[in-house]
Amino acid sequence: MATEADAAPLVQTNKTRKQSPRRRNSTRTLAVLGALLLLLTAVMLSLAVGSRALAPSVVVDALLHDDGSTAASVIWDVRVPRTLAGIAAGAALGVAGALIQALTRNPLADPGLLGINAGAATGVVVSLTALGITSLWASVWFAMVGAVVAGLLVYSLASGGRGGATPERLALGGAVVAAVFTGISQTLMLLDAQALDQLRFWSVGSLARADSETLTTITPFVTVGLVLALALVRPLNALALGDDGARALGAHVDRTRFLGLAAMTLLCGAATSAVGPLVFVGLAVPHIARMIAGADQRWTLPLSLLLAPALLLFADVLGRVAVRPDELDAGVVTAVVGAPVFIALVRYRRAVTA
Amino acid sequence: MTAQAPARTARSGPRARSHVVRSRSHRFSLRVDVRAVTVCVLVLAATAAVGVLALGTGEYTISPADVVRTLLGNGSPRTDFVINDLRLPRLITGILVGAALGLSGALFQSLTRNPLGSPDIVGFTYGSATGGLLVVLLAGGTGGEIAVGAVGGGLATAVLVYVLAWRQGIHGYRLVLVGIGVSALLQGVNAYLLAKARFTQAAQAMVWLNGSLNGRGWADVRPAALGLLVVLPLVALAASRLKILEMGDDVAGGLGVPVQRTRLVILVLATAACAVATAAAGPIPFVALIAPQLARRLTRAPGPNLLAAACTGAFLVVTADFASQRIHESAQLPVGVVTAVVGGVYLGLLLRRQRRVGRI
Repeated sequence: MATEADAAPLVQTNKTRKQSPRRRNSTRTLAVLGALLLLLTAVMLSLAVGSRALAPSVVVDALLHDDGSTAASVIWDVRVPRTLAGIAAGAALGVAGALIQALTRNPLADPGLLGINAGAATGVVVSLTALGITSLWASVWFAMVGAVVAGLLVYSLASGGRGGATPERLALGGAVVAAVFTGISQTLMLLDAQALDQLRFWSVGSLARADSETLTTITPFVTVGLVLALALVRPLNALALGDDGARALGAHVDRTRFLGLAAMTLLCGAATSAVGPLVFVGLAVPHIARMIAGADQRWTLPLSLLLAPALLLFADVLGRVAVRPDELDAGVVTAVVGAPVFIALVRYRRAVTA
Repeated sequence: MTAQAPARTARSGPRARSHVVRSRSHRFSLRVDVRAVTVCVLVLAATAAVGVLALGTGEYTISPADVVRTLLGNGSPRTDFVINDLRLPRLITGILVGAALGLSGALFQSLTRNPLGSPDIVGFTYGSATGGLLVVLLAGGTGGEIAVGAVGGGLATAVLVYVLAWRQGIHGYRLVLVGIGVSALLQGVNAYLLAKARFTQAAQAMVWLNGSLNGRGWADVRPAALGLLVVLPLVALAASRLKILEMGDDVAGGLGVPVQRTRLVILVLATAACAVATAAAGPIPFVALIAPQLARRLTRAPGPNLLAAACTGAFLVVTADFASQRIHESAQLPVGVVTAVVGGVYLGLLLRRQRRVGRI
């Protein structure tokens, strides 16, 4: 947990800062377009690559008219849901990460920090142990309930008193909720061998189990969360100036925090329940987005929204081909490939504050 | 103390709170904080009380009076066996592990000037988990081998983080960033290892990963005690510099403290203390985070409060272990699940109090 004060001497004016404002915005627009292109490439790869490699022309053909061929059924039944789940979960994680970093004014915060993922995981564990539900799909709803409970708990812990949910209180409240939920879920798992056996696969984080049912369950949550988050970009920018500065600019500080936390709960809950706890994406992507576009939520949030699913899909594709005929889970790939890249960035670029 | 030491002893309120003991030549001096020493004694007494209760409870109940009698060597052969051979090593391991964790946490929090600094920031916890998991899953190792693997993994990770974070010296902020990256990497690896393992091994590894004192015997006490015996005097030597380092790098440098070297030494010692604890009981969460804070609240003294933190850590682990054995009769829950929940509740109370007084 670093504060701005620690980061202050390390903040360096971005290279682009020297350019004129107009030039700067064109750089950002290019970055967004580049991210979009990256995402499209990732989607294409995700549809074409796998145990059965398909040529791009075949993919496009099958997408345009489902003629019942083997290729078409592979694409429509397996890869399209998996890819869409990757897009939904990735976008959710990226934006949730950008939100938490803005709300806590901490460039190192990840979506796991607020305990919402732990809440979702506990929901899944409870459904498996106490209620005897054996399929993970049915537990998507329980994960959402767990996430919402955790989100409400964090907010009630952090708000109240003078000044509402300040960044410090949010971080501390999140640590509380994460600790308690982790303790509960671990206890339940240790008491129930079957749940442990199921959950150890879930906790790696993977797109492999995402089917169309999962997708239809999480899509509304993700959509509402994303719309809410994008509607908050201006007040979030104001929050970066500190509470008093934000109020002076006319931003509703408490309302922004509450809505931001609500959006985070929806996004994290949905993503975690669908693909497992893939926290690293939400930590690294907003960080990279800020390195490209500077600390302006109007650009970092959309950039995160495009970059995170691209990263997740690339990781997933890489996992499909890395250890054939076996598959590596996307969670492992994001960790093993993403973390070194992140560390390299930290070493050779200066940190950019949220 | 330095040449700039104030003529008066430090005051907090009307009465002087510390005494300075000096050698005749004034070459050596030691400040004794009365309140801090009192706190340590009281916390240790509380630990002993819980310990007596823990020694008396289990399959075979022994009254506290009989426990004390047995400890003094006047017990019946039966109580003698149950306590001295079965339950006492577990208790002592708990005390040593808790002290090591409290010490480690206090060092890390002082070093990062951050109340949430803990051994996790250099990735030690996840690294030791990876090492332990590899031993369990690949070699099918047990007790001692797991400990070696865990310490190896933890140390290797800490060194890696340190090397990666080094650019013209170590800065707290970059260290935390790199630590987070490496931890994320290892978390992925750990989850993967657990998923790929055979179920029985995964279950065994899960218990260890949560930090557990189950089935600890005298063979586990010895390495932990030796480790602490090595680390403690070295920490005592470095403590005064650490206090100055808390004033900030520039001030400390101006007062003649070699900043980078001191930081490295403290990091190594903090990591070593954490390694001692992990080797004996696996990664017990939250004790390293909370013990120093509780200690500071009790002593109300500035500075790292190392000794008080160690005592508080011992109390926390012994109490949590006592509780974890009572939660579920048949399943021996790891002590770590209790410290996690207790830690959460403590942080919640802290938050409420801070909010009331408007501190955060």
